[in-house]
Amino acid sequence: MLRLIAVISVVAVAACQTPRARVADNRPFRWGGDAEGGAPFVEADAADPSRVRGFDVEIAGLLAHGLGRREQFVQVAYVSIEQSIERGDFDAGMSGVEDRPELRARHALSIPYYEFREVLAVRPSDAGRFRTLADLAKHRVATLGETQAYRILVDEQAKTGLVPVSYDDDVHPYADLVSGRVDAVLLDNVIAERSLRKTGGFVIQPEAVAIGHYVAVLAHANTVLRDSINDILRARIRDGSLEKIFRTWQVWNDDEARFFARTAAEANSSVISDTRSGQSPIAYLPSLLRAALITLLLSCLAMALAVTAGAGIAAARVYGSPVVRGLFTAYVEVVRGTPVLLQLFVLYYGLSSVIRLPAFAAAVLGLGLNYAAYEAEIYRAALEAVSRTQLEAARTLGLSEFLIFRLVRAPQALRLALAPMTNDFVALLKDSSLVSVITVVELTKQTAIYATNVGSWVVPGILCAAVYLAMSLPLSRFARRLEQRWSAT
Amino acid sequence: MSTPTTLLVRDVQLSRGARPVLRSVSLDVNAGEICALMGVSGAGKSTVLRAIAALEPINAGTIAVGDFVLRAGPIPRELQLRALRRHVGFVFQTPALFEHMTALENVMLAPVHTLGWPSGQADEVARRLLSSLGVVARADAYPRQLSGGEAQRVAIARALALDPTLLLMDEPTSALDPARRGALGDSLRALANDGRGLLIATHDVDFARSYADRVIVLHQGQIAEQGMATTVLSSPATDATRELLRGVNEERPGQV
Repeated sequence: MLRLIAVISVVAVAACQTPRARVADNRPFRWGGDAEGGAPFVEADAADPSRVRGFDVEIAGLLAHGLGRREQFVQVAYVSIEQSIERGDFDAGMSGVEDRPELRARHALSIPYYEFREVLAVRPSDAGRFRTLADLAKHRVATLGETQAYRILVDEQAKTGLVPVSYDDDVHPYADLVSGRVDAVLLDNVIAERSLRKTGGFVIQPEAVAIGHYVAVLAHANTVLRDSINDILRARIRDGSLEKIFRTWQVWNDDEARFFARTAAEANSSVISDTRSGQSPIAYLPSLLRAALITLLLSCLAMALAVTAGAGIAAARVYGSPVVRGLFTAYVEVVRGTPVLLQLFVLYYGLSSVIRLPAFAAAVLGLGLNYAAYEAEIYRAALEAVSRTQLEAARTLGLSEFLIFRLVRAPQALRLALAPMTNDFVALLKDSSLVSVITVVELTKQTAIYATNVGSWVVPGILCAAVYLAMSLPLSRFARRLEQRWSAT
Repeated sequence: MSTPTTLLVRDVQLSRGARPVLRSVSLDVNAGEICALMGVSGAGKSTVLRAIAALEPINAGTIAVGDFVLRAGPIPRELQLRALRRHVGFVFQTPALFEHMTALENVMLAPVHTLGWPSGQADEVARRLLSSLGVVARADAYPRQLSGGEAQRVAIARALALDPTLLLMDEPTSALDPARRGALGDSLRALANDGRGLLIATHDVDFARSYADRVIVLHQGQIAEQGMATTVLSSPATDATRELLRGVNEERPGQV
């Protein structure tokens, strides 16, 4: 899965080649953020896309200045910030990172530098009936995965049966709210207000569901730098530099003024230490198994579609007229030649103005139609591998073309296609993890959520791998057996 | 005594691309007759059989089997070839049995699907055919479990399942040892005695001498000589036949 790989691309920073003149700390202050998250946090500068801008960018600038180091931005996927910070990819992560207890338990966190409200966004027609989370029992509520808001929704799910829908980005939840795929979005007021300005089509409920704070996150051992950063932040809160930045980015409000007054008053804001330890792996097993079922169901349905459509395409390519053959050849080439991720995006988001597919249906359709192209090629090759003499022998017996296909050619081709088909099904089982980009929570996604919760990939990773193997190994065995039976006869 | 003509081939020409394979072939096969189509490799023996079975289009001439007439031009669709298929059985050089079916299922395929017989009746007929060829004990075996001789007998049974008036066989003795050649010859004689016409492409001179009524010698896509087997093979009238007989002396008989 893409976002698990934690692809870090270093974006060039202007004064990159400054000679190391200063005797002091001449290492750059590297800070990580996700430019895909956009304004007002971090966004690519439209004037110079190699640079970033946003309030987090400016605060990072203040910190670098205060530390006497030059700053260097490191692009990181939002959900990978935690993993990357402990790997040492950068010194501090700041991209609207939320202050959460489990985060405090695992990393060194700065003092909060911004207070936000978790707010509900609903369609204008629902403004009267969906005022609080309690009103949204059994309804679909979207948010960004692995955030405080997602935790709130999951807690609510247990109580009222509300259905949390997790996204990898904070734009599509609102698009899906407007198009009716979800009934509400719970996210930071900063994100909600930005989306309202940009696209609109919904209203924000005034009552906050919860209060949260943005912090800078540092590696667990990096408390010295964390303390320096805290000192700089407090000084900048007191001297009004931070207020100026937030005003520039239009996120300053009365809540913020009160919050700053409180922070300045606290002489020595001791960091709360959350002692909550990671839960036992057993607690996560039911949700992992549930996710495994989704993976299995999704893979089976997608494979059924792939086999059916693939057989049709193969038959059309072998028996069809030149026009039909050309048409299906084009389909196969386009589908094989483009990433399945792109196809899923187009199917789910791109076509949403034409046809609004439910996420699961879009996942089945996307994977199924993608794999159909591969299956079609296997079947076509298998059909063409059936010897001409076999077909001629069938013709001399007076069978029609259709009967020759059904009784002689297809059964023999199937035996040839079995091994590559099994191979594809196992591949599909694993590729099904891609559908988390269109909000389907399957095994890998559930594992990522679990890993974020416990702050380690070791146990969740092993469990997840075990479940995948438990699904794919019997399949390979079954195929091998069938092959043996066929070759024995 | 005149016997009815089963097959009538007249002035057939056949080219693959620009290369002429059959230049002008005319021949008859009568009911109850075993006819050996002989010639060195590449003379066009297999092509004559394939043309008669409408597996390859002819460029000129006519092929008549019973009331059915095949003319020059593209091969007609299978639907229009039903009468031909009912009358012509084909045994390929490699037995070409359907590998995913048992011997019995191979033989039952045409009665069930081409004639629409209930499977009980087809089963009965198929077993009788396998029995007459001495392989009924292998009815439930799959092709890869059969020996070469067994597979060939099953293939003959399959070709006979539609009760054809004409049986075409391509090099039937090529994979058989001398003892099995004799057994095959006896089986074929029995089929001819039932009133079928048999056209057998072969370059096995011993086999032709022992079992064929008539010999047709093909040379470079043309009929070089034809007549009673004993006459043609003992006193050849053309160089083509002499070459064929000389080849026998130089090579092992029955070699492909």
